Amino acid sequence: MTTETVAPDRSPLTPERESFWHLVHAEWTKFRTVRGWVIAVLFTMVAIPAFAFLSTSSSSSCGGGNVSGSGSVAACPAQPIGPGGVPVVDAFEFAHQPVTGNGTITVQVTSLTGQAPVVPAGGVSDGPPAGPGGLDPWSKAGIIIKENTSPGSAYAAMMVTSSNGVRMQWDYVDDTPGLTGSVSASAPRWLRLVRDGGTITGYDSADGTHWTLVGTATLPGLATTVQAGLFAAGSSDDGQFNTMATGVFRHIGLSWPATGWTGTNIGGPNAVPVLGTLRQNAGTTSVASFGDISPAAGAVYGGGGQPLQDVLAGTFFGLILLIVVAAMFITAEYRRGLIHVSLTAAPRRGRLLAAKAVVIGAVGFVAGLVAATLALAVGMHLLHGNLQWPVSLLTEARMVAGTAALLAVAAVLAFAIGTIVRSSAPAVAIVIVVIFVPYLLVRPLSAGGRGGGWDLQITPAAALSVQQSVPRFHQLIDSYSLQNGYYPLAPWAGLAVECAWAAVALALAFFLLRRRDA
Amino acid sequence: MSLTARVAPPRYLPGQALHAEWTKFRTVAGPAWLLAEVVALTVAVAVAAASAARCRSATCGIDPATVSFTGIYPGQAVVAVAGVLAIGNEYSTGMIKLSLTAMPRRLTWFFAKATVLTAPVLTAAALAVAGAALAGRLILPGKGFTPAHGYASLTSATDVRAAAGAVLYLTLIALLSLGLAAAVRDSAAAIGLVLGVLYLFPIAAAVVSNPALARHLDQIGPLPAGQDAQATIGVHSLPLTPWQGLGVVALWTAAALLLGALALKFRDA
Repeated sequence: MTTETVAPDRSPLTPERESFWHLVHAEWTKFRTVRGWVIAVLFTMVAIPAFAFLSTSSSSSCGGGNVSGSGSVAACPAQPIGPGGVPVVDAFEFAHQPVTGNGTITVQVTSLTGQAPVVPAGGVSDGPPAGPGGLDPWSKAGIIIKENTSPGSAYAAMMVTSSNGVRMQWDYVDDTPGLTGSVSASAPRWLRLVRDGGTITGYDSADGTHWTLVGTATLPGLATTVQAGLFAAGSSDDGQFNTMATGVFRHIGLSWPATGWTGTNIGGPNAVPVLGTLRQNAGTTSVASFGDISPAAGAVYGGGGQPLQDVLAGTFFGLILLIVVAAMFITAEYRRGLIHVSLTAAPRRGRLLAAKAVVIGAVGFVAGLVAATLALAVGMHLLHGNLQWPVSLLTEARMVAGTAALLAVAAVLAFAIGTIVRSSAPAVAIVIVVIFVPYLLVRPLSAGGRGGGWDLQITPAAALSVQQSVPRFHQLIDSYSLQNGYYPLAPWAGLAVECAWAAVALALAFFLLRRRDA
Repeated sequence: MSLTARVAPPRYLPGQALHAEWTKFRTVAGPAWLLAEVVALTVAVAVAAASAARCRSATCGIDPATVSFTGIYPGQAVVAVAGVLAIGNEYSTGMIKLSLTAMPRRLTWFFAKATVLTAPVLTAAALAVAGAALAGRLILPGKGFTPAHGYASLTSATDVRAAAGAVLYLTLIALLSLGLAAAVRDSAAAIGLVLGVLYLFPIAAAVVSNPALARHLDQIGPLPAGQDAQATIGVHSLPLTPWQGLGVVALWTAAALLLGALALKFRDA
């Protein structure tokens, strides 16, 4: 009898089993067959939009921060609305006369002085150092062509500012620089506005003979007869009108027939602390005024609207559910010993880690995408007519995609931390703390504090900036605090910080998974 | 004559249950490390927050106790992990079956567990709060928290009350976590639940559009209620008085412990 060599029965290693996507499919099967996890993810999709009902109101409720306890809703001061539907500050002293048709206004500005910002007795101003002569850096005086004298009407203006040189500004949000340096009797500034139909062009000059084009504003639908003249505005700092700016003008040249200046306080008597004044002497005209002509962003916004990002407040609720599920996606393998089977089936540990990260990241992204889309759709409906700032479709898309990415990366971070510590409770606690605590700490402290918020710049909570729906303006001084809807980092920069955390955690997880016994 | 002999079940006294649970607690390294982390994290964050704080005028209105106890925010999460793992580890390792076989009176076992957790957490919380208060006492006077700005002393009866409030708050959070962990039997779900209950109330209160609802959320949430117990200035304008605040936290803890006890008694382990 002869012995035969029998080949051991071994299933062939097919190319499909080698493929990474086969592994992803296997991990997806593991995920979708755990009923509790699927329910948690579905709940995330529903809970985030449901929260929009709590965090929004269709009626204006002013001063959300100043709770009286009675629950009564105070009447809101009206916030003027400018061209394009943006809320604006339009309060200043306007020395104007009606002008009809095309023409030119030219002026020489010889000085811009100010009254120092009002500082509380015994205190030190928390604001930035005042500009020359006790002015705010954006205190301004110059010439303006404005549709009419009602707040929020279209305009284009050439101005000198205390620390930002000559500027051309129009329709509250647009700003373009001209000559640099500050104005004085020895270094006067010449300003000119030329109207041609719906187009207004601004020029500046240091000597009144050599003119430089600064900018061109298009004001669609500008009436034939508009108001042209001189203005001054002290500008605002963190919503406070503490500065009065005085501009002195000489050599006023009008191509239209001169009919004499009328001094009007745009915005009415209660818009600024003290009414502006117009003084005319032989050869010089001076205009002094508090107030500003600017977008009503940040603390200066006094209306009762809500920023669109409020409808995404449920993200925090969704984060907790996703973080728990994502951490369990790996810690449950350790707890049940399933990790031994997983690593036997897929001995290349890095690939297993990658496949699981892809699955949990995709789950987070899809859940976030569905939830944020629904929340914004519900929120836009609920906030109808009560939106603080108009939001473009592009911004809405960024908020939705950003929220989806924020949830996906948080899920990957929780999964990676879970792989590192191999125990669910510490993993979940670590990730929740690094996202929630920075937000909770910054929120109350940023009430009066300027800048700061470093914890929202270096922790994964930075990614919440993808939800910011209100813009900031370089020509408006404000602390742009979290209470007013601003995050310290730009949207995608904030998300990048969270991605960096997840990448470092994944790298450490990869290193430990390969080095450690399972 | 009956042939069947009945073995009388062993009668454990609560003292023996306590002793057994204490032996379990002290012979594993995890809880001690967690409690050391509570102290380290709370004090480290207190030092950082006190160093960053500035009081520029008599009207700055910043509560020095709030600054000193900033570390309670992350510190309570570690306390919660300790509370959750006290029960969660019994379930995840299967130890629960052994524990309940040895000690069939489940409620005796459960409250022995809670008692054994309380003493070390109370000690760690006292150390953490004392360290945080000391850090504030040493650093804050150099940051404008001076008698000239209305901060006469940082060791008044009010400050002692705030510190005691912080210690009791952390201890109650540990027991709240233990109760919820017994109710849901899974560490991950339990810690998510506890941290959700803690952190979501203040976030919801901040974003809710209705001011009256926001104030109610600050009154019923354990974290904001606990903070009312840690305040030293402007106490009269807070949603709750200090002892009311601590009472709200105690109610949450009592409810969680009751839920855990009921689940343990009437459910298969």
